[in-house]
Amino acid sequence: MKSRLSHPFVQALLILAVAYLLFRFGIAYIPPLLGVKSAPVPHTVLLQYMLTVAVGVLLYVSATEDRWRAFKAPIQRVLVDPSQRLYRLALLVTVPLLAGFITYRQVRPSVEAPPNLRSIHPAPPSTITFRGKTMTLAGLENPLRKEGNLRDHVEEGRRVYYQNCVACHGDQLNGKGHFAHGFNPPPADFTDNGTIPQLTESFVFWRIAKGGRGLPKEGTPWNSAMPAWEDFLTEREIWAVIIFLYDQTGWTPRTWDTAEGGAR
Amino acid sequence: MTPESRVSFPRLAGFGGLVLLMLGAVAVPAFAQQAAAARDYGNFPLVGGRGAIWIAAEVHLMFAAFVLGVPLFAVTVEAIGIFGTDKRYDKLAKEFTRLLLIAYSATAIWGAILVFFLSTLYPKFWTYMSTIFHVSMWVYVGLFFFESFTLYLYYYGWESLKDGIRKKIHLGLGVLLNLWGTAVMFIADSWLSYMMSPPPQVSTDTAPETIRLWSAMANATWMPINIHRLIANVVFGGSIVGAYAAYRFLAARTDEERAHYDWMGYVGNFIAISSLLILPFAGYWLGREIYQYDQGMGITMMGGFMSWLWIIQAFLIGVLFLAGNYYLWVGMARIPGAERFTPYTRWILGVLVLGVLVWSTPHTMIASRAEQAAMGGSHHPLLGFLGVMSAKNTAVNLMILSTFLSYLLYRRANKRPSVSWARAATRVQAALFAISAAIVIFFGVYGYFVTAIVRIGFSVYQVLSVIVTIVTVLVLDVLMLRGAESRGAIRWGQMPARSQYALLVLAVTFTWLMGLMGFARSGIRQHWHVWNVMRDTSPWAATPALGYASKMISVCVLIFLALIAIVFWLGGLVEKSTYAPPAAAGAERAPERELAIAGGAD
Repeated sequence: MKSRLSHPFVQALLILAVAYLLFRFGIAYIPPLLGVKSAPVPHTVLLQYMLTVAVGVLLYVSATEDRWRAFKAPIQRVLVDPSQRLYRLALLVTVPLLAGFITYRQVRPSVEAPPNLRSIHPAPPSTITFRGKTMTLAGLENPLRKEGNLRDHVEEGRRVYYQNCVACHGDQLNGKGHFAHGFNPPPADFTDNGTIPQLTESFVFWRIAKGGRGLPKEGTPWNSAMPAWEDFLTEREIWAVIIFLYDQTGWTPRTWDTAEGGAR
Repeated sequence: MTPESRVSFPRLAGFGGLVLLMLGAVAVPAFAQQAAAARDYGNFPLVGGRGAIWIAAEVHLMFAAFVLGVPLFAVTVEAIGIFGTDKRYDKLAKEFTRLLLIAYSATAIWGAILVFFLSTLYPKFWTYMSTIFHVSMWVYVGLFFFESFTLYLYYYGWESLKDGIRKKIHLGLGVLLNLWGTAVMFIADSWLSYMMSPPPQVSTDTAPETIRLWSAMANATWMPINIHRLIANVVFGGSIVGAYAAYRFLAARTDEERAHYDWMGYVGNFIAISSLLILPFAGYWLGREIYQYDQGMGITMMGGFMSWLWIIQAFLIGVLFLAGNYYLWVGMARIPGAERFTPYTRWILGVLVLGVLVWSTPHTMIASRAEQAAMGGSHHPLLGFLGVMSAKNTAVNLMILSTFLSYLLYRRANKRPSVSWARAATRVQAALFAISAAIVIFFGVYGYFVTAIVRIGFSVYQVLSVIVTIVTVLVLDVLMLRGAESRGAIRWGQMPARSQYALLVLAVTFTWLMGLMGFARSGIRQHWHVWNVMRDTSPWAATPALGYASKMISVCVLIFLALIAIVFWLGGLVEKSTYAPPAAAGAERAPERELAIAGGAD
């Protein structure tokens, strides 16, 4: 048994099999056993991972002459040895069948929309016009953080959130509001470290104020159902709800780089 | 074929290209002004105006990178030959330069094509640029003229300037050639970097006549692009030379020829990979400058629709790291004593594969609706952590350390240190590797617990720890191996064919990568010729989709590789190889030593 396991061909198959099981099931189901949130790996990423591992395996088996010769031996034997005729025939049948099955699965008509390439972070414009007022986004800070009482702003933001945002973004700010299931892609999950902690408050202001229709033209379609809240909320209310989002999730907003440079 | 006719082809082609370029640069501004009155944009059959410019600029750039990169290391190799009194390096330097000669003509021809295309397809834009930069364009032409003559003197004077002080003069010519070439590149870089980052005081209303030349040249991204290109050119040149050597190795008929081209391929690969190790740091500087100049442009590049290019880039750079290391591991089979290091290579491979997996994990995943619903969005709840810069910086720094370790094992393979402190030095080296890896991992993990602005600064510590480790370990190694005993000479030429395919893969990947990332840098200007200053109002103004861009880049890569293959073939027709078989060269034999810095001495 040990000698079989030390054979490069067997090792290669084992590495590929273990990697597949780990990527396909391990990542989805082992972390939850330890209390860590996880989910199945999308097929595109699974394919990418398996391709990388397969290249690594090929490099491993061919890095030394002895290992390469040993790895090729069973393949050559099955392909040319008269005693391996049965295996050869089986391969000649199963490989095309497998290829056909994979092709069938890929071209089979489906009602599901195809996966799309979607950018999450659109590039903000340098300036926006908010109800006739021009605002320069670069370097723009939340003015409410320097005036009045922060708790009052949080409470005002909470009121704004529960009157306008909760239906989509949810009671827990995790993007699972009552209407969320009707949207593809789903509303932003503010508890995700990939959303508001990556952004400055001026960026969040721009997104809330201009909504889906104010997204830049490059990288379209954005598929965002977010309304342009400048039509319904005042500037102060938007800044307040931004303070609420960060306060409630515990994230801190991205700050501006103060280094001197050629910034414009 | 007479000796005269042998040298006449590249010379003629070079002069032809030069004359075309000069005509283009000097005559075209006037022509462009005339044309601008009639129309802003021209059209080109089949591929359109932008497609034509794209191909001309990209192929010109690829040839230019080759002809600027190769002299840098050709002159270095020549210097090693002079000061190390080893004639083989001199022959190698000459062979590098011979590859350069015909490629230089192709560069000039494609440059002329680009100038003519710009003036006929984008006359308004060309008038704008030439109004600001015309003086630098004249200087450019002058420098190009000097560069050409220096190159011809350098190559054709090789035999007549081969002894004593004359050889030093020849080396001086090589240095001068590099100075001209670098100046030419810096000038061209100022034009394209101006398009990305014009000075803040320039706006859509600024008349180009009022913009001072130096303020336009010394813009925010000029120097980062200069440095990034300087290093990348060496990487690219090394990889193309490696591919040439691989081709000659595979086609070789004798063991001696195989040994020669095996050695040449090794040197090309060494130059490419060792320069590649410092390239990410220069790229990081460029990226940071872009962000500082305009955050929107930075976000488009790294977080917006261009971000997918970085996933492809991660894959391709992963291929480079894997192929470069693989070539070394396979090569260790021809080094006596290397077998004691072979077991370590599997662990290095493991780190590299893990590095590629992490580096290429997208933050926003392409997923079906069901998959998105299971993930709760486009971000995977667990793998999403690998999609941010903390994880990617950690991965790439560990990959750089691993690749350096491969080199270290390779260069020590056939040596037995004779100094008494060798064991202690080896332990210090191991400790440095461990400390550096720990620093990289610590800041990588800690980055998740701090704000973004603090996290960005962490990458500096990671990079510094890796650079300090590489420099210190290398210095220790060089000192430790002085006067080391040899475990046996390297058996040059005894390489399996698959190692040479790794060299070919490296060259193709570098070429593709250059086109891809060049598009990312240029494409973030979107619908602006000059960012926020001069808008592109042509039918081709929309930023191309990634699929279309990938096809265009692939076409450029194919054109370049096909042309470079023809160039090498032509080079073989007009000149014979600098390798001389033992019967003809007397004491000539397969090289037994490598570059001093690369180690592996007999």
